[in-house]
Amino acid sequence: MANRQYELNKELAQMLKGGVIMDVTTPEQARIAEEAGACAVMALERIPADIRAAGGVSRMSDPKMIQGIQEAVSIPVMAKCRIGHFVEAQLLEAIEIDYIDESEVLSPADDVYHIDKTKFKVPFVCGAKDLGEALRRINEGASMIRTKGEPGTGDVVQAVRHMRMMNSEIARISSMREDELFNVAKELQVPYDLVLYVHENHRLPVVNFAAGGVATPADAALMMQLGAEGVFVGSGIFKSGNPTKRANAIVKAVTNYTDAKLIAELSKDLGEAMVGINEDEIQLLMAERGK
Amino acid sequence: MKIAVLAVQGAFAEHRKMLEALGCTVTELRQKQDLTQDFDGIVLPGGESTVQGKLLRELDMYEDIKSRIENGLPVLATCAGLILLASDIVNDDRRHFGLLPVSVKRNAYGRQLGSFHYDGEIKGLGIFPMEFIRAPYIEVANQNVEVLAEVDNHIVAVRYGNQLAAAFHPELTEDTRFHQMFLEMCRRKIK
Repeated sequence: MANRQYELNKELAQMLKGGVIMDVTTPEQARIAEEAGACAVMALERIPADIRAAGGVSRMSDPKMIQGIQEAVSIPVMAKCRIGHFVEAQLLEAIEIDYIDESEVLSPADDVYHIDKTKFKVPFVCGAKDLGEALRRINEGASMIRTKGEPGTGDVVQAVRHMRMMNSEIARISSMREDELFNVAKELQVPYDLVLYVHENHRLPVVNFAAGGVATPADAALMMQLGAEGVFVGSGIFKSGNPTKRANAIVKAVTNYTDAKLIAELSKDLGEAMVGINEDEIQLLMAERGK
Repeated sequence: MKIAVLAVQGAFAEHRKMLEALGCTVTELRQKQDLTQDFDGIVLPGGESTVQGKLLRELDMYEDIKSRIENGLPVLATCAGLILLASDIVNDDRRHFGLLPVSVKRNAYGRQLGSFHYDGEIKGLGIFPMEFIRAPYIEVANQNVEVLAEVDNHIVAVRYGNQLAAAFHPELTEDTRFHQMFLEMCRRKIK
């Protein structure tokens, strides 16, 4: 029975593919996101750029605020809990969230253990910056993976690095002899059957989205061309000059991610992109949280 | 046989894989220029109907696809696809193709915690594995619509002329019989 639920949870992620999941902080923003073509929204009190600016401990959002967003839209609603904070996850399950993001964007609650996600009925998405992290999260019960990227920066370099790292490790394992896979399982600290799955299918056993620093239609298309199956956009939309127009453009760029002519058209007159901070200017690397 | 799969958002790759395993040539529809070719059937996949309905129009494919279905092109619609086809949606003001005379309810089983698996009877196929993911169901169907499956007294699969629609996801299983039923409709149309 538990297995059946896990399959259903992986399948919800399959339904989100080719889509854009947008961070929203109010019911009004959630409606704008839905109208612009978001396939799901991530409900949170502060978008990553503001979390970064404010500093301090960042926690799960107020359930009332999340429920306000659930009532405002008909698409799936996700919300974040802190890494290892299984009680925050229990609360999100209690309000029937569609997907929990056990997220490095919030302050970690446990510096050793992630949540045992197999104990939940509700699905989890987790961040990963390489194949080992991705498979460890899947082994803990995650039914969807996203790159960590570097949230709230508007700088796509880390998401690109994480996606390329995952791709190259998948390619390496795919080309190995089967008797070499045991050692890979040891190196990555993951069960052999997950390594075997990657070897045989040349992909992760769950859907893999890009996240962290996506700010333009071209950023989104870049991640899709690098093999992402969909895109999370956090601060990039509601920290920009014209959120509606930018959100619409990113959605279309993800659908037609190889059509440069169309994406050039979509990129015109979008107003100001989020200002952004370069990777080497930031103090706090969120991607280093939770390995 | 050449089948087009609407590929603006959602689980279109799963349909593609199943159709290719059944020997079809599959083409993806992402924008207007993809519609310059001919095909023998079209698939409207699962995903989010709000996104698909919007992109269909804004990428300028809506009128073309609608008139092809009206003119008899066989269509297979699953989950969000069923919502795109339905003439009435009880809990949403949006309407899309509106060619299937049924009234559907979106997210009829609630949020993801309401998603479920059920082994149910499909008329003409027998017991079939059904995956319901934040699924709709059909509240009322016009009397000319052939009901193929019901779960807990709610209609979950129908056929109406050239339209075959399900609230669940045969493309997520290993069972190809529902797709074969669709391909049979395409074959008859070619003859």
